[in-house]
Amino acid sequence: MDKNLIIELQDLSKSYPVADDSFFALKNVTTQFFKGEFSGIVGPSGSGKTTLLNIIGSLDQPTTGSATVLGRDISNLSHQSSADLRNYHIGFIFQVFNLLPVYTVFENVEFALLLQKKSSSERKKAVMQALEWVGLADKASKKPNKLSGGESQRVAIARAMVKKPELLLADEPTANLDAENAHGILKTMKTLNRELGTSFIFSTHDEKVMGYLNRIIHLRDGRIENDEEITNPKFA
Amino acid sequence: MKLALKLAFKNIYGAGLRTVLNVIVLSFSFVIIIFLNGVMDGWNAQAKKDTIEWEYGYGQLRHKDYDPYDPYTILDSHAPIPENRPDLTPVLIHQASIYPEGRMMNIVLKGIDADQQTLLLPTSSLSAKENQYPVVIGKRFAASSKLNVGDEVLLRWRDVNGTYDANTIFISAIFDSNVPTVDDGQIWMNINDLWQMTGQVNEATLLVLNETSAPLESTLWNFYSQKELLSTIEEIIATKKISSSIMYILLLAIALLAIFDTQVLSIFRRQKEIGTYVALGMTRRKVVGLFTVEGSMYSILALFLASLYGTPFFIFIKKIGIPVAEADQEVGLAIAERIFPIYGFSLVVGTVIVVVLASTIVSFLPARKIAKINPVSALKGKLQ
Repeated sequence: MDKNLIIELQDLSKSYPVADDSFFALKNVTTQFFKGEFSGIVGPSGSGKTTLLNIIGSLDQPTTGSATVLGRDISNLSHQSSADLRNYHIGFIFQVFNLLPVYTVFENVEFALLLQKKSSSERKKAVMQALEWVGLADKASKKPNKLSGGESQRVAIARAMVKKPELLLADEPTANLDAENAHGILKTMKTLNRELGTSFIFSTHDEKVMGYLNRIIHLRDGRIENDEEITNPKFA
Repeated sequence: MKLALKLAFKNIYGAGLRTVLNVIVLSFSFVIIIFLNGVMDGWNAQAKKDTIEWEYGYGQLRHKDYDPYDPYTILDSHAPIPENRPDLTPVLIHQASIYPEGRMMNIVLKGIDADQQTLLLPTSSLSAKENQYPVVIGKRFAASSKLNVGDEVLLRWRDVNGTYDANTIFISAIFDSNVPTVDDGQIWMNINDLWQMTGQVNEATLLVLNETSAPLESTLWNFYSQKELLSTIEEIIATKKISSSIMYILLLAIALLAIFDTQVLSIFRRQKEIGTYVALGMTRRKVVGLFTVEGSMYSILALFLASLYGTPFFIFIKKIGIPVAEADQEVGLAIAERIFPIYGFSLVVGTVIVVVLASTIVSFLPARKIAKINPVSALKGKLQ
């Protein structure tokens, strides 16, 4: 495998049974993602963006074709291997933040490290560093319901980044944010991409997000319509 | 496991009022189960102790024909007392009648050695010389026959030849025993007097063993160990335990149902949280474990709460006892005026195990569903 190749999708399809027929969310998708990319899957609702992201994140499996993520064949992963892949190597950011409501900001960010059985001092150091990346070190003891939308998404970024994953998958991360917060979040992620070398894949139809991407894959009706390299992103 | 415990504690702590209500109801179950069983165990211990002290001693040798539940066996159930066995307390039983205030009352007349030390019966009162036939009776019989200390009453009996005879007996003492089977309808007199009255010198219907007594090989006497004699009490109390358990089973069922409902609701309401756990790297099996631990954590918290208010309550009740209504003391069982509960180690540990295990099972049943959850649907909150 190419040393920079982290994801390889080969003739990948995903279908769901609908009555007596099948609905294809993805049709024969073939593409590759490389280390350090700040890329996005763009398309209208129902085009298959989230499905593709979920398969890459091993939350879902392809119906046919193959998906190799960080050297692992997603179709053949056991529950444990798939959980390990997400726990150690892949970070997720969701549209609705999905912060755990009963935990503080610190505890939300700490969660992945708890699963990795890191020591208390290691966890504390990593969590505070992640919160500093997103500028929320002073909100560590707050509960999610005391945070604004922008702050919540920053916590979600910190939670995804605290384990320093090779790959970060962000599903419509700015959909619930105003323009100012959206730009703030995207700048933070761009900085992390540059400084830590983490590869980002967005699923979005937000123009603001597209302005930061180095690569945009256009999806329509489950097929790749266009795959463009952006040498000079608008907000880079 | 440590992580599951930590997360579970945070989750149920964060659930607020729902947790408080579940924990309170479950803690009531703990306290009621321990309390009711403690009362039954206390009653059991007291009944056994009293029955040993007042009636059974350390076992009995009964005449082979004697059946305490068949009065027709009394007449022929007597035999000479074994020789050289001063450790045995002989009791000779006869049927007789008394005529207090002109009314006839059938009674069981029991002769016992006035100097015996095996039973608590106040037999020293049977040695009074100034009256021909001093007797002692229990407070229940005294109440039903309206006899008091110092009263004289006509006694009629049949001797060994079947001849009726009569004489006046004198109530020298009234004893207060919790054991109705030495009291109701019974008159205790000096066995020497009864031997003389009936012509059955040195004969007995049963022999009570003391703690030093050795077994007796004899074809005339059947040996009944203390354990065999007490088995009836144990059976009665075991039956009472079952009937009283209905109350706490209902309470426990309510508490477990509340936990079950909370779990079902949790899994439905916390779909996105479940999806997030999986997305963050938990296996679905670990999420099932987390939810199960959460459910069983209610029982752990309930245990702490129950300890907080239950311990002083149990200590207080153990100290003052529980008064038993007079009517309840007339049911034919050995019941004291106050029952002092016994909270044994096995009762407390057994209750804790049962409640924690039951709450874990009812937590696990709905949580199993998580193992089949599609994390993508969970993240979208689209589970049915």
